[in-house]
Amino acid sequence: MAKELIKVALIGNPNTGKTSVFNQLTGLHQQVGNYPGITVEKKIGTCKLSETTKATIVDLPGTYSLNASSIDENVVIELLLNKNDENYPDVVVLVSEVENLKRNLLLYTQIKDFEIPTILVINMCDRMNLKGIELDIPYLEQKLNTKIALVSSRKNIGIEKIKTLILDYENLPTTPCLNASSIDPEYFENLKKAFPNQLLYKLWLIITQDVNFLNLERNQIQSPFTKSHADLKRLQQKETIKRYQFINDTLKIGQKIDLSKATDIRAKLDRVVTHKFFGYLIFFFILFGIFQSIFDWSSVPMDFIDHSFASLASYSKTHLPAGEFTNLLSEGIIPGIGGILIFIPQIAFLFLFISVLEESGYMSRVVFLMDKIMRNFGLSGKSVVPLISGTACAIPAIMGARNIENWKERLITILVTPFITCSARLPVYAILIALIIPEKRVLGFISLQGLTLMVLYLLGFGMAIFSAYLLNKILKMNSKSYFVVEMPSYKIPLFKNVAINILEKTKSFVFGAGKIILALSVVLWFLGSHGPKSTFGQTERIVKSEMESDAKTYDESTLERKVNAYKLENSYIGIIGKSIEPAIKPLGYDWKIGIAIVSSFAAREVFVGTLATIYSVQNDNENETSIKAQMKQEKRADGTSLFNLATGMSLLLFYAFAMQCVSTLAIVKKETYSWKWPLIQLFFMSGFAYLTALVAYQLFK
Amino acid sequence: MQQTTADLKIGQRGIIHDLNIDEIPLKLLEMGCLPGNAIELIQIAPLGCPLYFNVNDSHVAIRLETAKEILVILENEN
Repeated sequence: MAKELIKVALIGNPNTGKTSVFNQLTGLHQQVGNYPGITVEKKIGTCKLSETTKATIVDLPGTYSLNASSIDENVVIELLLNKNDENYPDVVVLVSEVENLKRNLLLYTQIKDFEIPTILVINMCDRMNLKGIELDIPYLEQKLNTKIALVSSRKNIGIEKIKTLILDYENLPTTPCLNASSIDPEYFENLKKAFPNQLLYKLWLIITQDVNFLNLERNQIQSPFTKSHADLKRLQQKETIKRYQFINDTLKIGQKIDLSKATDIRAKLDRVVTHKFFGYLIFFFILFGIFQSIFDWSSVPMDFIDHSFASLASYSKTHLPAGEFTNLLSEGIIPGIGGILIFIPQIAFLFLFISVLEESGYMSRVVFLMDKIMRNFGLSGKSVVPLISGTACAIPAIMGARNIENWKERLITILVTPFITCSARLPVYAILIALIIPEKRVLGFISLQGLTLMVLYLLGFGMAIFSAYLLNKILKMNSKSYFVVEMPSYKIPLFKNVAINILEKTKSFVFGAGKIILALSVVLWFLGSHGPKSTFGQTERIVKSEMESDAKTYDESTLERKVNAYKLENSYIGIIGKSIEPAIKPLGYDWKIGIAIVSSFAAREVFVGTLATIYSVQNDNENETSIKAQMKQEKRADGTSLFNLATGMSLLLFYAFAMQCVSTLAIVKKETYSWKWPLIQLFFMSGFAYLTALVAYQLFK
Repeated sequence: MQQTTADLKIGQRGIIHDLNIDEIPLKLLEMGCLPGNAIELIQIAPLGCPLYFNVNDSHVAIRLETAKEILVILENEN
């Protein structure tokens, strides 16, 4: 009788299509969370195996071996070492790939040493013909003590086979493939005597890794068995050689490769993509294409969302009974939700491009091309990935810096990534550019607004590089510079993987940042529509008496506008805004923009939403007006338009440089283990932003 | 003088003879960069570093200083 719930762990090297297998097995039945205390993404999905049995599948981070060199890889070891973990697997599914079987099997033999049933999945089997590879599956199964599933997650072949094998996991052999302890028999013999109840391989891992093993204190085994770092590494090398000997012997019989049949697209493409001239040209055109299309393609759905929410707000205002609740709905909640949803098109497009670049294998070539250049600035070629994904959001980007081996290069990458134009800046840029840059085309096809946007991106990138250069000079740190990058074979990105990735990232934005934005909108609405009794409560009387002293008569609508303007100025938010106005006046901002800047400290995208809320409270009209139109109507005391070139430029520069994101500060604290770095970031970036905005306004005024 | 992988020309192959284990990351060893295995230089990045190798069927890029720590015997000198 089979169990009703089987726990499965999916383990494998990076670039083996592990996530595709996971997506095929679980479809959309996935949950993404974090491992407690660290920010490594934890993906769990469920899969129906038969009428009575289900499997919960954990997709563990990709790793080359069980010798961890990053927090992500540590997660794999910690799970396997801890039998009490709720996700400790009944069975491991090891995903390997037909072209790199030799290397993938290294991890396989390590997992086998845990004596857990392990199914070997050989993915991308549809490429076997193309590469002239033949496999003797019965022989391999016998040699490797397991069952093998030949799978193509791309063509949906073999997924059912994996499910059948999981169902039958209890009949899988658990004997290891080889005896790795023969590399130093005496040492391991003593270790075994000292801890007879423990698996030898577990003990070895605990000695060599920085892992906290819950049941067994590390220092407990340390004392008689410690070895110097160099000795341990020598033993690890011996262990690796030993494992490869076994693998090579096995594959000599079990795998035949006919090199004459192999066609190598990779070599041909690599020659072009990493060419000293064409390589950079291609990279530049890809970036250029991304930015042009993001601005051009997403403007249609963004305008649509903007207008829809404006009309929804005015509809609810006219059709619901007047009162506090209707005001909250039409001036707080609806513009608030609109302020979240308006980013979805751009975020989706950005993640589309980034996941296509990653999935296709192109990103590694960029790392290769850029390493030498980036090193001049104290960065690594691997910093390019965080810097590019920083265009979507600094938070995953900073987490992505983890695979940079050198601490100094990693720290500098973390510190400068927030300068990169993230998607939260986009709406701010988009609306300001639309206000101050004319809608013209240069040379017939390059949109001037798109070009301005690209200049802003380059500005952010330039600032990141420049501060990296400074940091590289200032920071005194000596750490060994290791750099190993795999160059995976090129693949056409799988639609399903890209789609799930976009869906997940967008969802986490809407529900993560979205909550803050919505909450702030409601708070802002309250602060904007309430005020102290002595002034705010007496609005009508004060305005009327002012009018009488003017000795003029106003029509109804002018009166209404005057009342609303007075109300806003004397509301709580007006009082806050007025008190910070002296500090921001030299930058060309009025107190309303000041409020937007203060509230967007939580997240930049709040800026647009805040202005939308303030203006809709102020105008209080029943006609639908989009945020853009309302901003256009804003006037200074002297009657000139508030959002002119000078103010616009000043705001653009402010948002380009200022550290306006609480979540980023939090993640930097987490990744650098101290408040020191995020605080330095905050003061340096925001101070610099203030200065450049000041200079810009004074120049363009 | 001993030849290292940094001395290979593009397309040239060699057999790894020895390596300075203190200067080589474990990850590289695990990808199959071990004595006795063949290594081929596929491409050099435009500014002379990093170098892109095929070792033991793994395609990896490493920096010049790491490549200099891997000693090779050239397969065909011409």
